Amino acid sequence: MERNPGCELDLAWVNSVIVDLPAVKRRADTMGTKRTVKKEWQAAWLLRAISCIDLTTLSGDDTAANVMRLCHKVARPVRGDIVSALGVQELGVTCGAVCVYPSRVPDAVAALKKIGAAHIPVAAVATGFPSGQYSLKTRLEEIRLAVADGAAEIDIVINRERALCGDWQTVYDEVRLMREACGDAHMKTILAVGELGSLANVYKASLVCMMAGADFIKTSTGKEGVNAILPVGVVMCRAIRAYHERTGYRVGFKPAGGIRSAKDSLVWLILMKEELGNAWLNSTMFRIGASSLLGDIERQLFHHAFGRYAAAAELPMA
Amino acid sequence: MAGAVQKGPKGTKIAELFESMEYGPAPESDKTAQAWLDDHSRKLGHFINNEWVTPENRKWYETRNPCTGQVLAATVQGTEEDVNVAVAAARKAFGSWGQLSGHARARHIYSIARHLQKHARLMAVIASMDNGKTIRETRDCDVPIVIRHLYHHAGWAQLADTEMANWKPLGVVGAIVPWNFPLMLLAWKVCPALAMGNTVVLKPATYTRLSALLFAEICAEAGLPAGVFNVVTGPGSMGEKLATHPDVDKVGFTGSTEIGQRLRRATAGMGKKLSLELGGKSPVVVYDSADLDSAVEGVVDAIWFNQGQVCSAGSKLLVQERVFEPMMAKLRARMEKLRLGDSLDKALDMGAIVDESQRRSVKEYVDSAKEEGAEVFQVGAPAGCFYPPTLITNVQTSSRVVVDEIFGPVLVALPFRTAKEALALANNTIYGLGGSVWTEKLPLALETAKHIKAGSVWINCHNMFDAATGFGGYRQSGYGRDGGKEGLYEYVKPRWMGDTKQPATELDMKEFGARDQPSRPDIGAAAVVPEISAGVPRVDRTYKLFYGGAQKRPDGNYSRVVLSADGSPIAQVAESNRKDVRNAVEAAHKGQPGWAKRSGHQRAQILYYLAENLELRRDEFVNTLVQSVGGSREAAEKEVDASVARLFHWAALSDKFGGAVQETQLYGTVLRLHEPVGVVAALAPDTAPLLAAVSLIAPLIARGNAVILVPSERRPLPALDLYQILETSDVPAGVVSLLTGSRDHLARHLSEHQDIQSVWCLAESAAASRFVEHTSAVNVKRTWVDWGRGRDWFDGLQGQGEEFLYHATQCKSVWLTMGDIFAN
Repeated sequence: MERNPGCELDLAWVNSVIVDLPAVKRRADTMGTKRTVKKEWQAAWLLRAISCIDLTTLSGDDTAANVMRLCHKVARPVRGDIVSALGVQELGVTCGAVCVYPSRVPDAVAALKKIGAAHIPVAAVATGFPSGQYSLKTRLEEIRLAVADGAAEIDIVINRERALCGDWQTVYDEVRLMREACGDAHMKTILAVGELGSLANVYKASLVCMMAGADFIKTSTGKEGVNAILPVGVVMCRAIRAYHERTGYRVGFKPAGGIRSAKDSLVWLILMKEELGNAWLNSTMFRIGASSLLGDIERQLFHHAFGRYAAAAELPMA
Repeated sequence: MAGAVQKGPKGTKIAELFESMEYGPAPESDKTAQAWLDDHSRKLGHFINNEWVTPENRKWYETRNPCTGQVLAATVQGTEEDVNVAVAAARKAFGSWGQLSGHARARHIYSIARHLQKHARLMAVIASMDNGKTIRETRDCDVPIVIRHLYHHAGWAQLADTEMANWKPLGVVGAIVPWNFPLMLLAWKVCPALAMGNTVVLKPATYTRLSALLFAEICAEAGLPAGVFNVVTGPGSMGEKLATHPDVDKVGFTGSTEIGQRLRRATAGMGKKLSLELGGKSPVVVYDSADLDSAVEGVVDAIWFNQGQVCSAGSKLLVQERVFEPMMAKLRARMEKLRLGDSLDKALDMGAIVDESQRRSVKEYVDSAKEEGAEVFQVGAPAGCFYPPTLITNVQTSSRVVVDEIFGPVLVALPFRTAKEALALANNTIYGLGGSVWTEKLPLALETAKHIKAGSVWINCHNMFDAATGFGGYRQSGYGRDGGKEGLYEYVKPRWMGDTKQPATELDMKEFGARDQPSRPDIGAAAVVPEISAGVPRVDRTYKLFYGGAQKRPDGNYSRVVLSADGSPIAQVAESNRKDVRNAVEAAHKGQPGWAKRSGHQRAQILYYLAENLELRRDEFVNTLVQSVGGSREAAEKEVDASVARLFHWAALSDKFGGAVQETQLYGTVLRLHEPVGVVAALAPDTAPLLAAVSLIAPLIARGNAVILVPSERRPLPALDLYQILETSDVPAGVVSLLTGSRDHLARHLSEHQDIQSVWCLAESAAASRFVEHTSAVNVKRTWVDWGRGRDWFDGLQGQGEEFLYHATQCKSVWLTMGDIFAN
């Protein structure tokens, strides 16, 4: 599928955006009550959720040791006997990517290569993550260095200072340059929704990033006060849908921050299916940025496989 | 490490599902519900006096699950005899229940709420199987709303002794509820009825009896005394038996407009209170300033909630022309996502239509639209008693599907150009139950909400309900409110009032008041001869009619002679006929909207001015009263002074009864607006002919209505003289009209007029009361009648009590959602 090339900034479109928060909240609140999946369906959906996880560590104390552990888990996210019991060995389910700070990209690339999982992409956050309050020059250089180190995906942060001032032109121009800097690496644009003030701004930022050539739009860095919440997801999905209707290009979606339970991940999948459709229910179009989610899903799958709940210590930590 | 001791589900299937990512079945277990039915041998009798009652030799009615056709149980087809037993039980229980303290009743209602919570899932499953609505809705909507209603009204019971101190219970309430929300609507009647100290006999709808019977059993478990709440099942005709039962004081009905009209006629003149919550064709107004994606979800809530079998369903979508096509495209795409199936599946949007006959009726409507050239868009529906979500375009105001209530998942969509046109289209209906407005412009939203003529208006949402605010209709959607403090008034009467129940008088509805001119002329011996003063006759006094702000000659040009208290002719007044009524109503409708738009302060100023001018002419009115009534001068002076005081009373209330903020569970504000009823006809009694007339006119105009007053037939002069006051007090044209003549003839034409919103018949006539109530059914107008009983107009409670405010206003709930802040 062709990557979203972006388009000219259409300010008339951006400025026409209207979002009603109470109505969006109602939609979000009923997402998990109007739909559910049970039994084999639930197991399949949970495996699908795993395949969409960008397993993430973004800490000051990250070293090669925990990055390596994370990479092993990305390649083998579910304990082998559970996979066998569910009979899904051939699916070869892995996580969507491993997501680290730029300095840890070489560690991650090396670790995946050593275990024969070099096909799993390494994603790097960049552009002055998480605040973006750095000069454009260094922000762009970060992208180039991370790509040079082997990152196949770059999660950039947008300029919230310009967004809050309504200067969508600059936001657009910067993201355009970032896309250029990414080259063949896929670009996920982090809106940092918790710092945009309103859902209308979230929708506008989504449009501007897609117009600037984002492959994915992503909710949050995980460091803001409000991260991936469903109302935001509803709005971003609607923006993606509108962009697809107008341009024919499909842009991916990545909620990140605060998604911790298996149930949560199912609701996000339901949101994708309901607002966007099955075309978005795979790792090329949908990622979940998470660190502890996988553990809970694995526990649920253990229950599917064996009919009992496992102690956390029985499952391999990430 | 745990071993693979247990065989997992079939792997191939999980792998396939991993690829397809389809939804699977998510069934809610019906095991406990089936066991409840088994426990009752699947044969359920009436529930009277906290016991199952199965009289001998009754027919049985099989209840089926509409989704599967499976027979669930048989319920008894009751008879009149069974109604008698239930009403007697309720009457007996009223003796003690009505005497309980508010606190004691609060404890009982609280206990029901607690017990229902304990059986919440059982109730949700039974309600879903019984009606075919999805378990998601019974679980997340019906049952929680019922529980909320119980708690809220436990509160009203607790506060009854203080908050409703001037009111008392009615006695036995007959509640008749439909099949679309059998449980919720039951609670809407039972909660306020019990809270105010009444006892209840409920007749559930034929299709949906199980949830009501389970509810009754739960009430008994909760310790509700025997006889306080009883359920009788039976055919539709039993509802009328219950309504007309001589020992039933009040009928609370929710259902079709047609049956509501029948009940109105059947109970006319019997001294019963009646509230009707009827049909609707509620508009959803979407402006180009709306969040269209959210509006689409609002439409889903508006018309595909409960398969569209909702009296307040937003079935008429009005979209601003500029965004009409995008809105339709979004809507069609959204419809493709709707899932229909067995109601016990937890991942559905819609279940089955309640019965095949209902499904056929919906289908016929859609077929008729197709024949008229409409574009019909539908998505798939399972075989059986299901009907697909349907969107109809290319229809207009003259299309049947735009006019009629379809009561199914069928939405019609029409474009509009401007807000003014949107309102005209929204209000172009006989109904007035609900409506929603979609825009991010607050001034536009509020103005639209103000002008939609409906009992509930939702801003950027639709079909929100809460126990703390009233739900009910304008126009032919009925009268009375369910919920809120306003809902309590349906289940009480003023403390001073005695028993009003009586057998309906024999009355020939065709003949009553049919005569439109005097049978013989009052000329010759009975004529009014001008007094001779200083050798010349006094200047002739010609009394005319008063409407449109001026004195008018009667259309028929006949007069009737008015006699003094001692029987001598004192004046001739105009004899009104139906054309005078027509003219007065037209004039009233011209004047009323502008009058209602004036501030309360301005209306008060006019009422004070009336008082000022009345007092100025005190002697003149005293003379007329003495002459007309024949009492002492002191008595006449007392009446004029009381009339002046009454004008002051209502001037004071002109700007102090605008409404309230309702404490619902919505994040936002819900307003209760006390809007004027519209054009109200009021028939005055012979007693206190001036004070009574003022007592009728003043509250109506204080609250923004226009009033057409029929002065006492026997003693019209004191009220008729008011037109001189009206003319000099800046009362705008049309706001007050005075029509003299035959009371019964005027009662006929006023209550038959379909553009009169309410008739007050406090003329001390049982026959006129009966006629007015009976005839009001034509357009479901509100009525307030005295069933031939007088009142003491000088008494504060009787002459200017809360009753007057209740009848002079109608409540509108405006749901204002709020919020734009979600993060920093």
